[in-house]
Amino acid sequence: MSLIFEKSKDGRALSLLPSLDVPKVELDDQVIRKKELKLPQLAEIDIGRHYTELVKKVHGVNCGFYPLGSCTMKYNPRVNEEMAALPGFTNIHPLQEEDTVQGCMKVLDLANQYLCEITGMDNMTFQPAAGAHGEFTGLLLIKAYHKSRKDLKRTKIIVPDSAHGTNPASATMAGFEVVSVKSGDDGCVDIERLKEVVGEDTAGLMLTNPNTVGLFEKDILKITEIIHNAGGLVYYDGANLNAIMGHVRPGDMGFDIVHLNLHKTFSTPHGGGGPGSGPVGCKSFLEQFLPGYLITRKNDKLTFKKPESSIGMIKSFYGNFLVVVRALTYILMLGSEGIKKAALNAVLNANYMKKMLSDEYDMAFDGLCMHEFVMSLEKLHKEHGVSAMDVAKALLDNGMHPPTMYFPLIVHEALMIEPTETESKETLDQAVDIFKQIYQTALTDAQKLHDAPVNTPVGRLDELGAARNPKLRYIFE
Amino acid sequence: MSILNDRMYTKSHEWVQFLEDNKARIGLTDYAQDSLGGLVFVNLPEEGDDVTKEVSFGDVESVKAVSDIFSPVSGTVCAINEELMDSPERINDDPYGVWLIEVKNISEKTELLSADEYEKYLKEEA
Repeated sequence: MSLIFEKSKDGRALSLLPSLDVPKVELDDQVIRKKELKLPQLAEIDIGRHYTELVKKVHGVNCGFYPLGSCTMKYNPRVNEEMAALPGFTNIHPLQEEDTVQGCMKVLDLANQYLCEITGMDNMTFQPAAGAHGEFTGLLLIKAYHKSRKDLKRTKIIVPDSAHGTNPASATMAGFEVVSVKSGDDGCVDIERLKEVVGEDTAGLMLTNPNTVGLFEKDILKITEIIHNAGGLVYYDGANLNAIMGHVRPGDMGFDIVHLNLHKTFSTPHGGGGPGSGPVGCKSFLEQFLPGYLITRKNDKLTFKKPESSIGMIKSFYGNFLVVVRALTYILMLGSEGIKKAALNAVLNANYMKKMLSDEYDMAFDGLCMHEFVMSLEKLHKEHGVSAMDVAKALLDNGMHPPTMYFPLIVHEALMIEPTETESKETLDQAVDIFKQIYQTALTDAQKLHDAPVNTPVGRLDELGAARNPKLRYIFE
Repeated sequence: MSILNDRMYTKSHEWVQFLEDNKARIGLTDYAQDSLGGLVFVNLPEEGDDVTKEVSFGDVESVKAVSDIFSPVSGTVCAINEELMDSPERINDDPYGVWLIEVKNISEKTELLSADEYEKYLKEEA
């Protein structure tokens, strides 16, 4: 299909903008563009059709099953959107007087209280715009903490080799050296290897629990103790909180800092650019370093206060506020019992699918999983030449989004499936059938899978070409 | 999968070719490039940097993943293959002809495998 710029015709227009209701201001010559902006010119009907056509070509949670492991693509209840669209939340300005936005501040305050209750933290910032941004913020807290104690030799952050790729990346961005620890054969942190790498230069450890292979780190108390005894802090990557929310708290496991992905665990929109939200919570001894403004109560009013040794602003104002409105709505709609049940169902759904698929597919790790599980297609690849990529593409042909592929790196030909709690047994059964059919096809007609997908708007894309020669903007003639 | 007799190999799928003057060239094996798939980016150290045996000195990025490259030896980087910065796909085209870095003043080596041993290791591993 053609791009919106290609559909543009000079002189076509529509009038969606309201008339100006504030005094007009003349801009300084220095800030006015010299060249006219090349905005596409289209009639309303053509714009409508353009975007409707695009919508038909994509796959989202509203189109079908979306079991993308580690991403928690759960359904986003419509009531979240209704709340976030309330004019009291949308028609505000970040520089408004505190007196006039007490309701909005109450949202941040309540969300802070509930999320701290769920994670076992003492305070939280809503500034980070996404998970990796939260990781970066958390690492700056670790840095600020050691610096405040004049403990400057702590330059290393430990991450397991199964970690989300963002963990070592964020640690490097924050100026730390990354030490990777090989996982044990059971997919969990190897305590003996961990003991070998901790020392006086350990600034902290970054960990996901349940970990990236969908298993609960059974030695978590021992792990956090080893790091604390060495003088380091422990950071919780909240990507997998969905499996345990309402049941166990990172704060009780010994974690000092957590980030949450509101766009994963708390049902705010995910993918397609978000916006996301990656609030960072910490124990009280780190509160003074938090970025931005925190809400405190003064007499009967809520007020913004900058923490005394704050690491500074890491995003403008208060983060993506309307995302927090959606997450708070979700928490209030579920209540404390509902939050617990959501986690239970997420774990049940994952175990159901794992069991149903285990006759055909090799599971990377045996036993019960948490909210997600990893299959290894190594044998299928070796014996029949069918890769995880081929299976993923064949799933697209069946109206289903593929699971996460080739992650975690410690499992070869990995497919990582996370059904989430919002899927019914019927949906799971249907997905299991599709997986089984694809497996049979792999044994009998591998070429068919190499050619997949054939039912999608575009066939197999040149991913290599796209990565090597990305075209990132439209070039006007 | 090709394996050449004129060099040594590591279990993490690097090759090392020892030169005169206590120098060596390091590259990725055919098996490594094949499992990674099409490479899109290579991150190498700078000339003068020290490398340590069994410690990562750089990484390669394919459409699938980013993977560390581990050094088979300890020493000082005396040359890097600049052409890879713009054309990482050269590694896919010719894994044994294309080296990543050259190291001098080699002080230590990891446990290295001969071509035969590496071939055997690949069979067991794969």
